[in-house]
Amino acid sequence: MDFGRISRRHLLQGSAALALGSTLGARGAAAAETTVGFIYVGSRDDYGYNQAHAQGAAAVKKLPGIKVVEEEKVPETDAVEKTIESMINLDGATLLFPTSFGYYNPHVVKMAAKFPKLHFEHCGGLWSDKDPKNAGSYFGYIDEAQFISGIVAGYSTKSGKLGFVAAKPIPQVLRNINAFTLGARLANPKATTQVIFTGDWSMPVKEAEATNSLIDQGVDVLTCHVDGPKTMVENAARRGAMVCGYHVNQSPLAPKAYLTGAEWNWEALYPKFVKMIVAGEAIPNFYRGGLKEEIVKVSPYGEMVSAEARKHADDVKAKFMSGEFAIFKGPIVDNKGKTVIAGGTDRGQQDPELEKMDYLVEGVIGATA
Amino acid sequence: MADASLGLWTVPLAVFGGAIRVSTPFLFVSLGECITERSGRINLGLEGTLVMGAMSAYGISYLSGSPWLGVLAAGITGALFGALHAGICSLPRVNDIAVGIALMLLGTGLAFFLGKPLIEPTAARLPAIDFGWWSDVPQLRAALRINVLFLIGVAIAPLLYWAFRTTRWGLLIRTAGESADAARAMGHSVLLIRLRATMVGGFLAGIGGSFLSLFYPGSWNEGLSSGQGITAVALVIFARWDPMLCLWASLAFGGAAALGPALQSVGVTSGYHLFNAAPYILTLAIMIITCSPKRTLTGAPAELSITR
Repeated sequence: MDFGRISRRHLLQGSAALALGSTLGARGAAAAETTVGFIYVGSRDDYGYNQAHAQGAAAVKKLPGIKVVEEEKVPETDAVEKTIESMINLDGATLLFPTSFGYYNPHVVKMAAKFPKLHFEHCGGLWSDKDPKNAGSYFGYIDEAQFISGIVAGYSTKSGKLGFVAAKPIPQVLRNINAFTLGARLANPKATTQVIFTGDWSMPVKEAEATNSLIDQGVDVLTCHVDGPKTMVENAARRGAMVCGYHVNQSPLAPKAYLTGAEWNWEALYPKFVKMIVAGEAIPNFYRGGLKEEIVKVSPYGEMVSAEARKHADDVKAKFMSGEFAIFKGPIVDNKGKTVIAGGTDRGQQDPELEKMDYLVEGVIGATA
Repeated sequence: MADASLGLWTVPLAVFGGAIRVSTPFLFVSLGECITERSGRINLGLEGTLVMGAMSAYGISYLSGSPWLGVLAAGITGALFGALHAGICSLPRVNDIAVGIALMLLGTGLAFFLGKPLIEPTAARLPAIDFGWWSDVPQLRAALRINVLFLIGVAIAPLLYWAFRTTRWGLLIRTAGESADAARAMGHSVLLIRLRATMVGGFLAGIGGSFLSLFYPGSWNEGLSSGQGITAVALVIFARWDPMLCLWASLAFGGAAALGPALQSVGVTSGYHLFNAAPYILTLAIMIITCSPKRTLTGAPAELSITR
C-alpha cells in the first residue's frame, strides 16, 4: 500500500470504525454483567456516614459479574441527577444507590420516572405510595445499636455523666440521643446525657470545642451523631475520656478509649439487594430494619468494657435479634417532666410516631430548640 | 478538687481555653495578611492557602512522621501560593481581589483533590507544652496545654509591630503600601516588595493551616477550615492593620467560637444558633461601630484597592 495515497478522509473513517468497534466490544462485555452505581454526598473515607456506604459498595464489588461505579462529593442538587444520568448512559448502570437523604425528592423521584426500567435504592426511608414503583427507600433503626452503646456507656462511666455531640435536633438525631440515654439508664439509673448541638453535619472546630466543654463538665464517656466522628473520637481520647463510635468502627483511631459503637451494616444489605435484583426479585419499596435484619450492628467491645456490661449488652442484643424488644416503652417522660409515651404503650420500631420525635427523654440535659 | 465538675466556671474557662486553642489559625492568617496589606495589596486567597497548608502539613507529617517538617511544608506551600498571587498581580491591570478569589477556589479545590487519601490515616501531631502543671484542676490543665505555634504567633505580633515602626524593612513595606510613587522615587521596586510581602503572608497563613490539621482539631478533613481564612482577612480590617490589634482580635474570635458549645454544656440551651454565630455578630458589631461615612478607615494603607 502506498502510504502517500492515504487521504485524511480515509484515515478518519478508519479510526472512527476502529473506535466504534472497540466501544461496541466494551458494551457487549458490559451487558453480561450488572453495573451498580453508588453516589455519596461526601468523601468516601471520612470515618463516618459515607465510609459506611463505601464499605457496602466494596462488598458488592466482590460479587461475581457485578461492576461498581462510584462518585463522591455529589451535592444534594441537580448535580445528583447529572451523576445518575451519566452513570446510566455512560457506564450502563441498572441499579443505583443515591445514599444521601436529600437526594430523594425531587431528584431520585424524577430520575426513577425518567428511567422506569432501572432500579433506584435510596437511603433515608422516604418512599411513599405516590412515588415511582422502581424507586425504593431503605433505612436502618440504628437507635437499637445506640441503645446497646448506651448500656455499655452506663456501666463504663465513673462520673455518671455522658456526653453527646449532635449536629441538629431532627427526629433521627433525637431518637439516637434518647435511645443512648435510655440504654445508659438501664445500666445506671442515675446516668445523665449532656447534649451539645453544633448546628451542622460537619463542623470540626465546633465538634472539638463541644468535646472539650463536655469533658470539662465531668463527662467521661462521649458519643456523637455528626457526619465524621473522627474529630470527636480523637479529641476525647486525647483528654482521657472514653468514646462510643457512630457510623463505622472508629476503634483504630482510639484503640484504648473505644468502648463500642453503633454502626451501619451496609456490607450485609447491599450484596443482598444486588443479588435480589440480579435474580429478578423485587425489593420492597420501603425497606427497614435494625439489628435483626442486619442493617445495623454494634462494634466489637473494647478492652475497657467490663464483663458485667458485656453480658447485659449481649442479653439485650439477643432480645433485639428475636424481635421482642421495644426501646420506647411507656411510660416515658421527657426532660421537662411531660409524659410523652403513656404507660402500657409500646412504640415498636416501625411506629410512625417515632419518626416525629421532638423531645428529649428524662436524663438528657439539653433542649431541642 | 473532689468534684470533677466546675459548674458555671466552665464557661469562662472554656472561653479562655478556646481563645488559646481556636485563635492560632486566625492569628497567623491575620498577621500574614497584615504584612501583605501594609505593602498595598489584598490577598483574599488566604482561605485557600490555609486549607492547602493544612492539607500539605498533614500529608508531610503522615509520610515523614515529623510534624515539624509538616509545618515547614505548609509554610513553603503558603509562600508559593503567595508568590503566585503576587506574580499574577504584578501584570498590568490585574485586580488583586479577583485574583485572590480565584486562588481561594484553586487552593481549596486542590487541597480537597490532593487530600482525598489523607482523610483516613492518622498523622503525627504537634506536641503541646503543659503550662498547667501547677494546678490540680484537670480542666485548667487541659486549657493550658498550649502549642508552640500559638506562642510563636503571640511573639510575632509585637515583633511585627516593632518592625513596622523602626526597621528599614518595615518602612519599605509601609512606603509601598502608602505611596507606590514614593517607593519608586526612592529607587525600590514596588512589585518586588509586594512579592516578598505576599510570600511572607502566605508562609504565615500556611503555618496557620498546619495548626488546624496537626494540633487542633488535629486531623485533615474537608470541613476543617470552614471559612476561618476569610474571617481572618476581615479581621485585619477591623484590627486596623495593626499587628497587636490582630492578636487581640484573634483571641476574641477564638473565645467567641468556644462560647456556643460551652454555654450548652452548662445547660444554657436556648438560642445556641445565636451563640454559635457569636464571632460573626462580633465582626458586624465592630464594623458598624467603627465605620464612618465621613472619613476613610483609619490606618488603611492608601494603596489598597479598597481604599484607593
